[in-house]
Amino acid sequence: MDESLWYIFINASLISNFVLAYFLGICPFLGVSGKLDTASKMGGAVTFVMLISSMCAYGINTLLVAIDAPFLQLISYIVVIASTVQLVEMFVKKMSPALFRALGIFLPLITTNCAILGLALFQTNKGYGFLQSLVYALGAGIGFTLALVLMAGIRQQLDFASPPKVVKGTVITLLIAGILSLSFMGFSGLGG
Amino acid sequence: MSQLVKEPKQKSFFTTLAESPSTNEFLKGIWKDNPIFVQVLGMCPVLAVTNTAENALAMGFATTFVLMMSNILVSLLRNVIPKEVRIASYILIIATFVTMTDYAIQAISVDLHKSLGAFISLIVVNCLILSRAEAFASKNTVIPSILDGLGMGLGFVLALFSLGAVRELLGNGSILGFSIFSANFQEWIVMILPAGGFFTLALWLLLFNILKERRNHG
Repeated sequence: MDESLWYIFINASLISNFVLAYFLGICPFLGVSGKLDTASKMGGAVTFVMLISSMCAYGINTLLVAIDAPFLQLISYIVVIASTVQLVEMFVKKMSPALFRALGIFLPLITTNCAILGLALFQTNKGYGFLQSLVYALGAGIGFTLALVLMAGIRQQLDFASPPKVVKGTVITLLIAGILSLSFMGFSGLGG
Repeated sequence: MSQLVKEPKQKSFFTTLAESPSTNEFLKGIWKDNPIFVQVLGMCPVLAVTNTAENALAMGFATTFVLMMSNILVSLLRNVIPKEVRIASYILIIATFVTMTDYAIQAISVDLHKSLGAFISLIVVNCLILSRAEAFASKNTVIPSILDGLGMGLGFVLALFSLGAVRELLGNGSILGFSIFSANFQEWIVMILPAGGFFTLALWLLLFNILKERRNHG
């Protein structure tokens, strides 16, 4: 694979945005996008976990190819991700108890965030090298944060509007996500 | 005594069946606690692979299989697994079954495997499966766990299919590959695109909300 790093970055963050084009990480996208502050920090945590697990996934994949055991791929990826999340959880708890409380259940749930496992699987499928994987992870993380922050901003404005009772909550969030997804399609072709 | 009086003397087979707790374990997943429309769990595959009804069904049944098998194993091992490492153990159990499913689908149909792509592997992180393992299978015996898994799985299939059918019908003019509309039907390309997934799901949830509202007022 000889895609340029710039293209990989633009592709992961904008053109094939993990949330709005691949539907990965919808749970935190719907769950934590209520407040701008929490959303951006959640994005940061996810990006961090993505970077670490992407590096680990690259290492593991090299090892698994070497010992010819591709069927262990999924199991080992998920174990690595779970441990990384545990690490981040302990780190956040120590450094910022307030953020820890704000993220609440969604922090351990990063483990079951499809975006992270998806990233590990996609980079393996695409056959990215180490540096490419890292850039891919960074792009995906930033794309995830961008989608989350955009959504949170819109939802904060929405608090001042009064939508009909039946569309409140998930329904209107999904409609907004659809419109965001349409607008992100405008990025296709960018980065060459 | 009063309880005895309330109980009717002869119950039809279906009433007994409908009132038994096991039927309830089974049915709650399909309607009352539908994983998608009511609990809003496991959204990623719901949106990603429902661009055709066929993909939706395949994904639904694969998930049902994993859900049932992991429920069985988790409920069998519920007294063996230490509490501290239970989530990790559940994920490992789920990952094992997903790997099996992945290889099975690849063996059955390469085309299907290609169109579902990484989303088969991503069944591992479907919140629905982990939440059933944690909330139900780890506290119940095997038979109710199987029924719970089957019910939730079928509820999931139902939801996926209702999304996939709408998207395929409007976006492609067909259902399960059979053309429904005449040749000059203009496809709604947006329904096949990611945005269509969001819109369709939003509309189904809206329908459910309206029905709920009606029932509460009526």
